[in-house]
Amino acid sequence: MRRTTGRLLRGIALFSALALGATACGGSDDEGSDQKPVSAADLKAALDKGGTVTVWAWEPTLKTVAADFQKKYPKVKIDLVGERSGDKHYTALSNAIEAEKGVPDVAQVEYFALGQYALTKGLTDLAPFGADKLKDKYTAGPWNAVTQGSDAVYGLPMDSGPMAMFYNKKIFDKYKVAVPTTWDEYVDAARKLHTADPKVFIAADAGDAGLTTSLLWQAGSRPYQVDGTTVKIDFSDAAAKKFTDNRQKLIDEKLVAPITGWTDDWYKGLGDGTIATLPSGAWMPANFVTGVPNASGDWRAAPLPAWTKGDKASAENGGSSLTVPTLGKNKELAYAFVEYANSGDGVQSRIKEGAFPATTADVQSTEFKNKEFEYFGGQKANEIFAESAANVADDWSYLPFQQYANSIFNDTVGKAYVSGTKLADGLKAWQDASVKYGNEQGFTVEK
Amino acid sequence: MTTQQPPAAVEPRPAPPPARRDRRSWTGWGFLGPFVAVFALVFLAPIAYSIYLSLFRDQLIGGTTFVGLDNYTQALEDDRFWASLGRVSLFLVVQVPIMLGIALLIALALDSGRLYGRDFFRIAIFLPYAVPAVVATLMWGFMYGTRYGLVGDINEAFGVTLPDPLSPDLVLASIGNIVTWEFVGYNMLIFYSALRVIPHSLYEAAEIDGAGQIRVITAIKLPAIRGALVIATIFSIIGSFQLFNEPNILRQLARNAITTDFTPNFYTYSLSFNGQQQNYSATVAIIMGLITMVIAYIVQLRGMSKGA
Repeated sequence: MRRTTGRLLRGIALFSALALGATACGGSDDEGSDQKPVSAADLKAALDKGGTVTVWAWEPTLKTVAADFQKKYPKVKIDLVGERSGDKHYTALSNAIEAEKGVPDVAQVEYFALGQYALTKGLTDLAPFGADKLKDKYTAGPWNAVTQGSDAVYGLPMDSGPMAMFYNKKIFDKYKVAVPTTWDEYVDAARKLHTADPKVFIAADAGDAGLTTSLLWQAGSRPYQVDGTTVKIDFSDAAAKKFTDNRQKLIDEKLVAPITGWTDDWYKGLGDGTIATLPSGAWMPANFVTGVPNASGDWRAAPLPAWTKGDKASAENGGSSLTVPTLGKNKELAYAFVEYANSGDGVQSRIKEGAFPATTADVQSTEFKNKEFEYFGGQKANEIFAESAANVADDWSYLPFQQYANSIFNDTVGKAYVSGTKLADGLKAWQDASVKYGNEQGFTVEK
Repeated sequence: MTTQQPPAAVEPRPAPPPARRDRRSWTGWGFLGPFVAVFALVFLAPIAYSIYLSLFRDQLIGGTTFVGLDNYTQALEDDRFWASLGRVSLFLVVQVPIMLGIALLIALALDSGRLYGRDFFRIAIFLPYAVPAVVATLMWGFMYGTRYGLVGDINEAFGVTLPDPLSPDLVLASIGNIVTWEFVGYNMLIFYSALRVIPHSLYEAAEIDGAGQIRVITAIKLPAIRGALVIATIFSIIGSFQLFNEPNILRQLARNAITTDFTPNFYTYSLSFNGQQQNYSATVAIIMGLITMVIAYIVQLRGMSKGA
């Protein structure tokens, strides 16, 4: 009996070893780092041959682009998977890359998250496809973001997000409150609106990493310094204090609605007048049109409030590129689509639907500046965005692991929104947690 | 197994069995093989793979290196891990007794035979268990909402300000409420079925001896269903330690109150999917598995020994 048990155990051990071997074989070596040059003729041949391109992107204007592209190249099918945005998008993308399965051919990646994917070799260098020759087509900020300061090109800029303040004119007119031009006036306007109608809040803010970093950027704070693998994280400069003092007032007096962005409540709030302003990137109009159709005509764009009266400094918020993941198939087709959408004919159709392009010629064209936004009551909103774009300070950098840092923003800074923790202390906790993670990941992190 | 055999001889060891007998034993493998294969593949292999993973570290800078037990030392010193364990332990100590207490009361009430519409109550109380946890949490999430939810409506209708169930102080209790709602019926059914198999002759004997209902419960019913109580407790302990669905879904509504390290399971999920720290995540999962096993085993040992 004992011998049988022994043999059984040995059998189980053997089986598990085999099974383990089978599972462990999943990992494979680096690939795709030596991408051969792809000529225009190669791209043409691939397009004629046809195939399917899976695109993970939430940018609403890509629907038309995909349809037009398929019309132009009937053998190519664009499988646009959208809806997923923010954390979930990156979680899914990272998982697919990690699992080496189900990786899309094209993925939308915001500028803040590019660094992480570029660093881990998750994205194809598009320079061999001819992307490096497109440099002069794009505005400087987005181009710097997609190249990450190297010769490689990790994606083509889709849009850029010079910030503006969108405001619900109907609400401001109704309560006869002046549209704020500085952040101090913003707090005053918040008080007036909320006193006039306790259901109205100046903004929705339940703690948003993207907005926080953008406003710090505008204020002149530079919390992240990145030099290769040496990283410095410091939220204690004077400009950061300007930001925390101001925002703390809004939080303490409960002047911002605790609604998380991009939720149903949020869209509802934008539509029904609960949320009076939205500081955001210039790519927002297309989202207004699709997400809050019932408030068409209520909203306008205005320059982002300044930190000191007359100061024009602006910042970027969001903005993304289309990238070609290393593990995607059909790279020629994928690049052809990316090129079409962000450099070719797709740009015009996207502008028509309210996108803010990253192509210099389009941003500077009079036609673009004179475009009247029906949603904003015929306002020429692009003038404001172009002005903002010209005033974005370009010495800002994100962390090479910003995506992770943003995922723990609510664990740390979020406390300031729901308990007695001060915003400045929340930022300090965020800093500490980011430093810890950076060190664990092999970066040299200085405080 | 050994008890069936005749007492062993004093020196059975030195006699080596004839080598030829080995050949026959392969027939047994034919029956055992399919089971062992599946068992190894779906049960042992994942555990072995997790242990294998936990011995490495994969960094954004530097790649994968073998680190031995470093991940384990790190986990044992990890405040976030212990905080999450503390949270589910508190949950366990408060929520499980409440849930099992209610389930037991209902089971006894149903079993007493003095209830009208017994079958209706039984199914009605069991029904929440049939609702998928995800749906139940979404539903409760809507009710908890202070803006557009039931709490918000009550506040508006009566001009009161109820405390926000999704605030950091109350969110654990709110989750406890959801879990209780979901699992009272399930536990009630376990207790009830255990009560049903108690022979009626015992009750008759008790009645003849002049015992009242309370006395019947304490002297007959509770001791008789001790096994069921222990099983339900063990299930609940495991369930508490594995808390994941409810906080994960409620987090959409309360991102600031439910942190990414709210429960051990949620922490391993965040480590793996947001931080790309699969190796460390596997380590935390293994430690958590061991802790769960130890506690469940202690409960089983104590619960059963008193019964015997």
